[in-house]
This record gives sequence, structure tokens and C-alpha cells, in this order.
Amino acid sequence: MLEINNLHVKLQDEDKAILKGLSLSVEAGSVHAIMGPNGSGKSTLSYVLAGRDGYEVTDGTATLDGESLLDMEPEERAAHGLFLAFQYPVEIPGVGNMTFLRTAVNAQRKARGEAELSSGEFLKVIRAKAKDLKIDAEMLKRPVNVGFSGGEKKRNEILQMAMLEPRMCILDETDSGLDVDAMKLVAEGVNALRSEGRAFLVITHYQRLLDHIKPDVVHIMANGRIVKTGGPELALEVEENGYADILAEVQA
Amino acid sequence: MSAVASPRAARRAARQQATAERLATLTLPAAPAWLKPAREAAMARVAELTLPDRRDEYWSYTNPEKLISAEVRPAEVFKITDEPPMYQGIDRLKIVFVDGVFSAADSDPLAGEGLEITRLADSADIHWAKDLYGTLEAAGQSPVPRPLAALNSALATDGVLIRATGKVKRPVSLIYRRAGRDSAVTLHHVVKLEKGAELTLLENGPVAARASMVIEAEVGEGAALHHVRTMGRDHERKAVTHVFARVAEKATLKSFSLSMNGRLMRNEVMVWLAGKDGTAHVAGAALGEGVFHHDDTVFVAHQAPGCESRQVFKKVLRDGAVGVFQGKILVEQPAQLTDGYQLSQSLLMDERCQFLAKPELEIYADDVKCSHGSTSGEISADHLFYLRARGVPEEEAKLLLVLAFLAEALDEIDDEDIANDMRLRLRRWLERHSH
Repeated sequence: MLEINNLHVKLQDEDKAILKGLSLSVEAGSVHAIMGPNGSGKSTLSYVLAGRDGYEVTDGTATLDGESLLDMEPEERAAHGLFLAFQYPVEIPGVGNMTFLRTAVNAQRKARGEAELSSGEFLKVIRAKAKDLKIDAEMLKRPVNVGFSGGEKKRNEILQMAMLEPRMCILDETDSGLDVDAMKLVAEGVNALRSEGRAFLVITHYQRLLDHIKPDVVHIMANGRIVKTGGPELALEVEENGYADILAEVQA
Repeated sequence: MSAVASPRAARRAARQQATAERLATLTLPAAPAWLKPAREAAMARVAELTLPDRRDEYWSYTNPEKLISAEVRPAEVFKITDEPPMYQGIDRLKIVFVDGVFSAADSDPLAGEGLEITRLADSADIHWAKDLYGTLEAAGQSPVPRPLAALNSALATDGVLIRATGKVKRPVSLIYRRAGRDSAVTLHHVVKLEKGAELTLLENGPVAARASMVIEAEVGEGAALHHVRTMGRDHERKAVTHVFARVAEKATLKSFSLSMNGRLMRNEVMVWLAGKDGTAHVAGAALGEGVFHHDDTVFVAHQAPGCESRQVFKKVLRDGAVGVFQGKILVEQPAQLTDGYQLSQSLLMDERCQFLAKPELEIYADDVKCSHGSTSGEISADHLFYLRARGVPEEEAKLLLVLAFLAEALDEIDDEDIANDMRLRLRRWLERHSH
């Protein structure tokens, strides 16, 4: 589904390479985790895939179901089924959460040539999904993420994911800033969305999120590359020994 | 021995001379007997204050020259073809002016429950208005002179005198149509709300190639005046407006203005919170591009304890447009427990735009809460990316963010139907100008 091949990325304004030949392949129906120390380029990877400004791809490709993501505007990537759950969801005063979500859902439907949802249909769907994530009606009425706690912001991200029904979901440090209960709730939301036609790329520092969202494949990222790939046991190894052993082993 | 005049005195003498020469070319319009002394007194005020120029501190951001020049440059009448009329579906008492002249044929009968309305030019010896016309304007000449308002009091050719004695349900809607290219219009309205009265006063329409409009409003004890002015897509408009409002104990004034395009606008508001526990909210949204120059100059004086005031002004500027905000909160010594708030912000859509802001607080009481903030900036790249990453196309995302930026000003309009009418208009303007 998601194919990344030899991706090289640098910051637009500086001569600083961040991704240095990253390759990765995520098949439909699977959950891949990327772990790695600070500064290894994990967040950059998620931003580059979603289309944020400020980065320059100097080499390599990234495709979603065979179509090149890197040539698309961010909104086109979204309409093609890519979703990034942000590490730091922004607060947008003045834009109602509901208005925002309905605009997003209908913009994507429109881009795909599907009929837009009426406000009645939309309300019905969002109420059911919000309830599962314990998001109350008051939160839906407020401006996007304004005054939300850390946990509420992350749950709001998962609600957006549930509403937009993307095929390729990237979760960027979704566990950061969450207590155990909040993490469980978020993980349940993610697990409920797991399906044959959908894939996940879960970026995290810590193994604990992967207790709740069980990965099929675990990648270790360092210095802008995937340096090791394995099964769920690789995450446990990191948890026990840290990254130093693995990095030493790779470099040796 | 004759003293040598100081340069300052010489300058003042020259200005007085220039003002006197300019005033000599003007004739006071015919007026009912009661109005004549007020006009003459106003004219004397202008002579004393002198007409403004760029060197005046109060005019350092906006050149008044084109607002006072003898010649009024003609301007095309803007053809509104794709814009639905304002306030459709809102039941209101319509009072229509065409090129600044009251049109009985186009207006509703000047009557309503709890309401007395008289045309200024027709008015007999109206005692309540006699005590007000030019009075608040004259009081508003201190601490900052506003000679253009005094000139308006002297020269206004038409307007309405509105007295509300109860809770008036139907808004009074002043509609200013334009017919002539070179119309120059001076209108003066006087509004009085008796104790406990309520009134919504709407103004909209292109008015004239050049307009001067003054509203003097006396808001009695426990009364509430809601004022909403819209000046729409008349690209060549030049206008100076003044609202003078004295707010009594437990009374409320809310004044909102929406301006879209126009060439030169100066909107001045002067409010006195004269009785305890009064409320004054003055807000505005302005959107403009190119030669647009929009100036909001607001002065709120807290004179009594326990009053609350808000100033919320938002401007969206594009393609070299200029926005000005001069706002002051004055808290006089008796005005303990004042709650004052002032916010002025501009969204600059490109680097050629300018926002000039002079926020001021002057406080003589010791137990008050006052805050102010003024910012200018562009659309947040983080906000834009977040919306686009969710599939919202760039133009639509920008539109949402601009409307979000304006939301706090629009929230100052209490009536949801009127606020929604504004939101619709803003959206249309933004959609039209986003390409």
C-alpha cells in the first residue's frame, strides 16, 4: 500500500539532510511500528508524507497504491486516503470542531467524486463515533482543540481518523502526553479501525503503546534510515536494552 | 512693543485663517427654528478647533484632506448585481435616504410602538432633540478635537430624530441609496432611549461618493441600544462617521460596524459610561484591498464605577490595503471596578499591507481591570497545514481561517440573524476575492 524507496530529504532552508535513503513497505491490513531515538527523523518522515512545507525531497519516491504522494498537495494526499495523526494537534480558535470535520469529510468525498453528507447524516455518524471515544457533545461544539487537554486532543485526532476513514494511517507519537487510561482509549479507537483494506504506521519512542496496538512489523530508525526490521519482539528488545545495543550491532 | 509670534502661534493663526476661508464658502442649510442656534454654535466650534490636517496627532495615520476638500471627486455608483439585499427576512422599519435625502415614497411610515421618529429637516420644535443635537458632539471635542463632527452638526441636511420610550421590537433600519456619481452627503441622527427602552438601529448602503454621518445617542437608565452599520462593496467611497453615545446607569450600548472595500473610511466612536454598572461594546470588522484605507478611532471614557467596556476590531487587508486603529480606554478617578478590554488585530494577506495601531490606556482609578492587545500577522502556516492535511483545499482552508479570525468581532453582535447575515456577506466577499 505505502511504498517508500530510498527517500532523501533535507530542510528547505538549510543544508541539513534528515532522511538519508529511507525505504519502507507497508502492506494493506498490516500495522507497522517505527521506533527510534530522538532526532532519527521519525517526525520528519510523517510530515514529508503528509506534505508539510519546509522540506525538500532530494531523491527517492513515496507512493500510495502506486500513485506518487510527493507530487500531490496535502489535501490531495488526504483525499487519496492518507491520514496523519499529529504529535501536536494545533488549536484553531474560531473554527468549530464540527464545522471543521464536516468541511473535511465533504471536501474529501467531493474530491473522490462521492456525494457529500447532509448535516443530518453527518451528525448521526459523528455522534456514534464520538461516543465510542468518550468525546462529549460539548467538545464537538468547541473550536478545534481549543482548551482540550492533551488526552482530549489525541482522542480528537482518532475521531477525525474514524470520520475520514483513511486507508493509510500514520500515527506520530500518539502516545506522548497520555496517561495509561487515555492511551488505552486511543488504542481501542485505533484497533476498532483495523481492517483488511487499511494499514497503520505507528511512530513511537516507547514500547508501551505497542502493548495496546499490536504491530505486525517493527522497524528501528536511526540517522534517517531504517536500520533494522523485525517482528514484535524487536520492540521488547528496545524496551529492555535501549537503542544503544541495536545501533552498535547495526554499525558493527 | 509688539511680541513676535511664536512659530506655533503663527501656525495656528494660519490654520484659523484657512479654516475661516473655507467656512466662508459654506452656507448653513435651511433649518427649523430650534436647530438654527445649534448649527451656528457648531460652526463656531469648527472655526475655533480649525479643520484637521496631517500634522494633528489624531490624524497622523489618516490624511483628512480628501474628507474636507471643497471639491468632491465623483465616484461611479457601484452596481450590485450578485449581492442579495441586506437583512432579508428581518422584519424592520425601513427609512430610506437617496443621495442623502429622505425618501418618504421608499420608506415605511415613521411610526412604531414605543417609537417617535421625525425627519430632521421637517422637525418642529422638538424639545428632547433640542437638548441633544450638537450637545454630545460638543462634549466629544474634549480631550481630542473632532472638528469634522462639528462641521457635520453645522451642515447636516437630513437625518432622523428617534426617541424610544419602550422596548421596540422591530429594528429601525436606515438605508442609504446612491443615485448620483458626485453626491456628497452630510447626515446627522439623534437617538434617545428613555429609561428601560430598547432599540436596534441598523444602517446600510453606499450613502454617497463622500459621506459624513453623525449619530448622537443618549442611552437612558437601564436602556439598551444595539447599533449595526454595514458599508459594503462601494469601491470609491470616502466616508467619515462619528458615533457619540452617553450611557446611563445599568444601560448598554453595542455598536458594530462592518466595512468591505471603499477608498477612505474614518469611523470614530466616543462613548461615555456616565452611570454606574453600564456596558459599552464597540466592535468592527473591516476587509479591504488595494487603495482601501480604513481607520477605526475609538474612545471609551469610564466615568462611573462598575462599568464594563469592550473594543474588538479585526481587519483583513490584502494587496496593499492600510488599516488603522486608534483606541483608548480612559478610566476617570470615580470609575472604580472598571472592567475594560481592548483588542485590535489585523490579518495581512500579503507583505504590501500595513496595519497602524495606537492602543492607549489612561487610568486614574486604582481598583480596575483593564487589558489591551494589538497584533498583526499572516495566516498561521500550522493552522493551514492542519486543515489541508485533513483534506480541506487550500482556498477553503484560508476562508475558514479568515472567518475564524473575524469571529471574535462578529460575536459582539447579539442578534444571531443579523450576525449570520454578516457572516454570509463576509464569506461571499472572501470567495470573490480569493482568486
